[in-house]
Amino acid sequence: MIWSVSWRNVWRSKTRSLVIITAITLGVFAGVYTVAFMFGWVNQRVASVINTEMSHIQIHHPEYLETYEIHDLIPNTDEIVTQISLLESVEAVSDRVIANCMVASAETGSGVQLVGVDPEKEMLVTNIHQKVIDGEYFNGVKTNPIVIGEKLAEKLKVKVRSKVVVTITEMDGTLTGGAFRVAGIYRTSNTSYDEMKAFVRADDIRRLVGLDENAGHEIAVLLNENGTEKLIAKEISEMHPNLQVLTWTQLLPEMEMLNENMNLMLYIFVGIILLALGFGIVNTMLMVILERVKELGMLMAVGMNRLRVFTMIVLETVFLSLTGGIIGIVLAVMLTAITGKTGIDLSLWAQGLNSFGYDSVIYPEIGFDSIVGVTILVIITGIISAIYPARKAIKLKPAEAIRIDM
Amino acid sequence: MKILELINLVKIYNDSEVKVKAVDGVNLSFAKGEFAAIVGPSGSGKTTLLNLIGGLDAATEGEIVVNGTNIASLSPSKLIDFRLRNIGFVFQAYNLIPVLTAKENVEFIMELQGAKRSLRDERAMELLNAVGLGDRANSRPSKMSGGQQQRVAVARALASKPKFVLADEPTANLDSKSTETLLDIMERLNKEEGITFIFSTHDQRVVKKAHRVITVEDGHVVSDEVK
Repeated sequence: MIWSVSWRNVWRSKTRSLVIITAITLGVFAGVYTVAFMFGWVNQRVASVINTEMSHIQIHHPEYLETYEIHDLIPNTDEIVTQISLLESVEAVSDRVIANCMVASAETGSGVQLVGVDPEKEMLVTNIHQKVIDGEYFNGVKTNPIVIGEKLAEKLKVKVRSKVVVTITEMDGTLTGGAFRVAGIYRTSNTSYDEMKAFVRADDIRRLVGLDENAGHEIAVLLNENGTEKLIAKEISEMHPNLQVLTWTQLLPEMEMLNENMNLMLYIFVGIILLALGFGIVNTMLMVILERVKELGMLMAVGMNRLRVFTMIVLETVFLSLTGGIIGIVLAVMLTAITGKTGIDLSLWAQGLNSFGYDSVIYPEIGFDSIVGVTILVIITGIISAIYPARKAIKLKPAEAIRIDM
Repeated sequence: MKILELINLVKIYNDSEVKVKAVDGVNLSFAKGEFAAIVGPSGSGKTTLLNLIGGLDAATEGEIVVNGTNIASLSPSKLIDFRLRNIGFVFQAYNLIPVLTAKENVEFIMELQGAKRSLRDERAMELLNAVGLGDRANSRPSKMSGGQQQRVAVARALASKPKFVLADEPTANLDSKSTETLLDIMERLNKEEGITFIFSTHDQRVVKKAHRVITVEDGHVVSDEVK
């Protein structure tokens, strides 16, 4: 019955309770939705890193990432790709030939990283083909097709089917050049990437620089699900101890830190809001105690022990907090569900956002574990806020409290 | 059979630097089934005496023996439990829990005692019928008159099957008719169920009904008259 009494007590002063419940609702709603927005933002960036830029795991010659030398090769890429493809958690594998070069149009030139791929394999690992906004992904041009980013196209002032000349260092160190024709122009959410990466067929680049048929610089591995990359990377590393096997989190540690700290940020953010609300809850509960001195005195007089009185006040405070908290969470989850589908358009700031690799349309999202976490945080706030008023209540002397004039 | 004995009971209040002797060497005993009134002018010490008997206040000296237990020597937590199981209270201002119905108010004490739901339900209805409020079982205190609320308070006081009921000015806020009804009910419960009532009052209507009248002045018992 104490639970029932506590719940009914919440609604004794409806206006007062509704005021504090509204404050908690707004605070929790703002906290949860803001964090859902940030979750969506970061997760979209992570998805972009995995699906567009890096994939889950990359394999290189042990020195390649330090030197980016064309000689630091993986000699037998076909064999390794076949081996890794057979692993259970692996979705797709693509080997790449990479060379730093100059790309020049009739107007101007720019330094880029030329990535030689097998388009069919690459389409299974990255989604650049889905980002093509003009032309086609390696189709429509028979000889030496090249797919470039929109930013690079703007810089070079080229269109689809325009000719560009690639100047590149051969294996023996001499400079060579080749003419390529733009087959497609892509646009990702990362303008730096769009400016720096150009894709050609691996065989074309091998022929240009004089590389062996099975030699490559990078093998990209896409997995069935996120979170298993460390395990699979270890497995591949054991299979090929002479190669460097790195996960996307090792390649971009700052992204991993951001991703892993999102939950911590949620709790800090909502925690600060709840701390401020906590003072309001304490104030409300102190008023409640003051108004009910006589009743509390009676309860203690007739035999309600201090633990029960304490519990009753704590429950009342938790109910008050939880009501506001749950409404706030439900509203935030509903808005997250809606805007998670429609997206929040930040096109006004697209240039700035894209230059850091972030999408300009954000799709907020929030996990069930975060919702449970915030609910627990609200309950803890209720309990902590109840301690001082509840202590005041149990310190009342029944004989004096009963006779107090209200 | 003695159910309550006060032995050389003293209560001194240390109000700043002035010591006030509210109860001064009171010796009294009550037998089961008594219907007694403690009377006296304001400030005579009758409420203090009632608070001491009910274990709501600690005696400075002396003993309060209830069924062989000196409650003055009990720890605060044991005293609360003792009150719950042995003493019923009726207060001047009814003091019902406003968010509970009449029946729930009566049940509440039994729940504190750990009684089962079915037992609570049955006894609460039995007591409400006894005070003539069986038909108001589901009404909240705000929907009841003062007299009805006080009758619920009597039912609540009896719910724990106490050794005796202490009633502090139970009729002070009631009109004549409600007072008459309430006193009739308590007298009937006293006669038929053998429940012991000890009143603190200066209401002559209560004094008239009481079988024993104890007069207190300046903390002393000045007369103890059995009718």
